[in-house]
Amino acid sequence: MIAMSTMLNGVLLGGLYALYGLGLSLTFGIMRTVNLAHGDIIVLATYLALITTQVLGLTPLMSLAVLVPVMFCIGYGLQRLILNRTLKDGMMPAVIITFGLSFVIQNGLLLGFSADRQVLRQGAIETMGVTLAPGVTIGVFPILTLAVLLVMIFALQAFMGRTLLGRAFRATSDDPATAELMGIDGKRIYGLAMGLSFAIIAVTGVVMGIRSNFSPFDGPARLIFAFEVIIIGGMGSIYGVLAGGLILGIAQTIGGAINPTFFQLAGHLVTLGILVVRPSGLFPETIERD
Amino acid sequence: MALLEVENLSAGYGLFQALRGISLAAEEGETLAIVGANGAGKTTLLRTICGALPAMTGRVSFDGTSIENSSAHQLARLGISMVPEGRKLFPSLTVEDNLIIGSYPKRKGFWTVERVYALFPELVKRRNNRGLDLSGGEQQMVAIGRALMANPRLLLMDEISLGLAPIVVNQIYKSLPEISGHGTSVVLVEQDLNRALSVSNHVYCLLEGHVELSGLSAQMDRQALIDAYFGANA
Repeated sequence: MIAMSTMLNGVLLGGLYALYGLGLSLTFGIMRTVNLAHGDIIVLATYLALITTQVLGLTPLMSLAVLVPVMFCIGYGLQRLILNRTLKDGMMPAVIITFGLSFVIQNGLLLGFSADRQVLRQGAIETMGVTLAPGVTIGVFPILTLAVLLVMIFALQAFMGRTLLGRAFRATSDDPATAELMGIDGKRIYGLAMGLSFAIIAVTGVVMGIRSNFSPFDGPARLIFAFEVIIIGGMGSIYGVLAGGLILGIAQTIGGAINPTFFQLAGHLVTLGILVVRPSGLFPETIERD
Repeated sequence: MALLEVENLSAGYGLFQALRGISLAAEEGETLAIVGANGAGKTTLLRTICGALPAMTGRVSFDGTSIENSSAHQLARLGISMVPEGRKLFPSLTVEDNLIIGSYPKRKGFWTVERVYALFPELVKRRNNRGLDLSGGEQQMVAIGRALMANPRLLLMDEISLGLAPIVVNQIYKSLPEISGHGTSVVLVEQDLNRALSVSNHVYCLLEGHVELSGLSAQMDRQALIDAYFGANA
């Protein structure tokens, strides 16, 4: 029973980690640059949800109706107005800019909200549980998280595989110069990809804020988990994000069941192990550019 | 007025000037062949026309509009398609997705996925393969089909016979009349003089970045063309 409970909780935790990784995987796969502020932007989205709930009186999940479009626009603007200007100089400027952005967000949030831990209140669903068998109880909200993740993964996979714009995303990932010859404006594609990533982050931030309390400096730890999910799953693979999240979540809960201090360590060790055995991850999609 | 007019065009890479004052013109539905030795500037000329490389000086006009400052993705929408040297298929896309992405400029016209398959029937059984699983000839057919999917008014083809067996090259060249038959002007770069002369209306021979010789393909003196090609009069 304990083993089953541990596995189930690992899977559910993995759902949250996969959410962390999904937005990062998208921009990493298409732009080939790392958004080092990814974790802080998740936390920023959580704080924006907090403001939205307080000002408009919405529940956190309802605030997504406002938050998703707002975050899309912020991401699109960040890419088009700032990051796109540095494309010709390789990937390093974007890494440095997002590294700086990370500090700006952390300290901006500290100024605006103090270092006190906050929480998003969705109501009874936060603590509801279902008992599957004696001794095996799982939370309703973690199940909902996993369901949201699966819907987003299938939607993203369908978008990338079946729509013309999705194919343009993949073509730009493969070879931006040749994509231009097909009439694809790479800068617009990058803007849309970052916008889409931020829209996913909006959902991630709200889910995170309902599941646990948060403070302005929680971002870097989220970035590490997001990275580990991508490293395990393979760059650019949407289903790999699911696999990466589940493996990381299960590894952590198994580690934690053995000894609570092994919780995070177990996840890091599994990531390192996969990095040694399969350096490009389990399901790499992205193809090396020339 | 010609569909494509290039006047006194210069272009290059950094300090290196690869084109020195090129002028040429292509009418609607006409096929131009660009010949010349390696390094003569043929690829640079195509890349400058399609907007992948900026012009240093000179004019390029397409259907009366100046396009020398336009980017490649804008020109694709205006109706200039490029079959790049080395084919450059998108490796993570299937054959069919490579064709579909060619329709991104959303230009209506004769060419559809089914009509490209009719032009190159061997691609049908390959439609779900990834581009790099194909033979060189099949890849070239996908690259041509992908460019046609934009229903271009001007199709630029850079060394479509490069690295292919003669029998495959013959097959690909057989598709050219069908392509220009639908009103598309073609500018093709070709190393093989006989082939260049047989498929084109006009031929231009480049030498060290300028037009050394040009004229109607049907009336071209082969020896003069060979001399121009090797720079015998330079």
